[in-house]
Amino acid sequence: MDFQDYYKIMGLERSATQDEIKRAYRKLARKYHPDVSKEADAEQRFKEVGEAYEVLKDPQKRAAYDQLGANWKAGSDFNPPPDWDAGFEFTGGGYTQGDASAYSDFFESLFGKGGFNPYQSDQGRRGYRSRGEDHHAKVLIDLEDAYKGATRAITLTSPELDNSGHVVNKQRTLNVKIPKGVKQGQKIRLAGQGSAGMGNGPAGDLYLEIEFKPHSLYRVEGHDVYLDLPLAPWEAALGASVKVPTPAGPVDLKIAPGTKNGRKLRLKGKGIPAAKAGDLYVVPQITLPDANTAKAKELYKKMQEEMAYNPRSAMGV
Amino acid sequence: MTKTLSGVLLEDHLELSLNDLCQACSRPAEWVIELVEYGAIEPIGEEQLNWRFNVDSLQRARTAMRLQRDLDINLAGIALALDLLDEIKRLRTDLHINGSYLT
Repeated sequence: MDFQDYYKIMGLERSATQDEIKRAYRKLARKYHPDVSKEADAEQRFKEVGEAYEVLKDPQKRAAYDQLGANWKAGSDFNPPPDWDAGFEFTGGGYTQGDASAYSDFFESLFGKGGFNPYQSDQGRRGYRSRGEDHHAKVLIDLEDAYKGATRAITLTSPELDNSGHVVNKQRTLNVKIPKGVKQGQKIRLAGQGSAGMGNGPAGDLYLEIEFKPHSLYRVEGHDVYLDLPLAPWEAALGASVKVPTPAGPVDLKIAPGTKNGRKLRLKGKGIPAAKAGDLYVVPQITLPDANTAKAKELYKKMQEEMAYNPRSAMGV
Repeated sequence: MTKTLSGVLLEDHLELSLNDLCQACSRPAEWVIELVEYGAIEPIGEEQLNWRFNVDSLQRARTAMRLQRDLDINLAGIALALDLLDEIKRLRTDLHINGSYLT
């Protein structure tokens, strides 16, 4: 198990005051909140910061953590020394907020799992018989899956109570059909696949949010798909028929004479095939051949001499 | 052999009840009503008893729930944050569609 340097995670000196800790936490929590931050590892960072704060905000836990010493480096192999916590009392058990899966093994080895109640929501507390909680998870798919439909195996980890009343992290794998026509951010509801209910109450639902893996060719917006298409200058100027890749397979596309750079061409209904199918937008990108041979130079020179073309005429120069 | 499950695809036009929204956010109805009062989400229908919510409201309510839980923001701040997040998303989408150049 790796040692976690909670001070380093929060960018603080070991001598930081409780006020400084609180300020640093608030700032970092805003910075890495998964709903706000676009940084790729925001969720992981947010959890680390939350865990660090969980320990450092509580003077008792902080004092216990501090006496492990300052010589530990983040990432070094760590086992708590025997009786490391002698003389410290953690009120209310380890967890005071958050969910069990959010804490590292390091945290659990020090502060344990006590005090955590998976039925902490109002829904769970209210009555003897109540519906289980809904669960939410993301599922990553390829754009091509949205065109054809797919089946994805999804592994979910959720805290559950075992027979003796302890919290254990249970893993389960579900095979889920991804219907064709889904778009980024869309949700699939799987009835009864959330937490078990209490006292014969019905189970909650599982919501899966669709997320596309980034694609090297296509950009997606709703059901519409965008593709940059490189063209030779003569294809754009004279018109041409060119082969174009689409997520459903290559098609032949007519390029009109005088096609301008960046002026979108719409292929109606060739986007994601939903009830109202999206469109595929092809964005011409006119590229220049290198003038790296005598022949190529000669051709460019000939154009320069024989074509009256000033690309800056609109600038009045 | 795990059997394959098919869920219900939540289409944009799908509507949820006040109760569905409370369940999805693990929050009481009073909390959802307050979100409506701050304009953070907009119900369909006049009578509170018959309120319906679209999938966008579900998304916004869940974000609101997390912002309140994690950042300790009040509902007025949450309503503002949701609007700004929408604006950032719209700008990012424009940038993304236009690639690295703007025409």
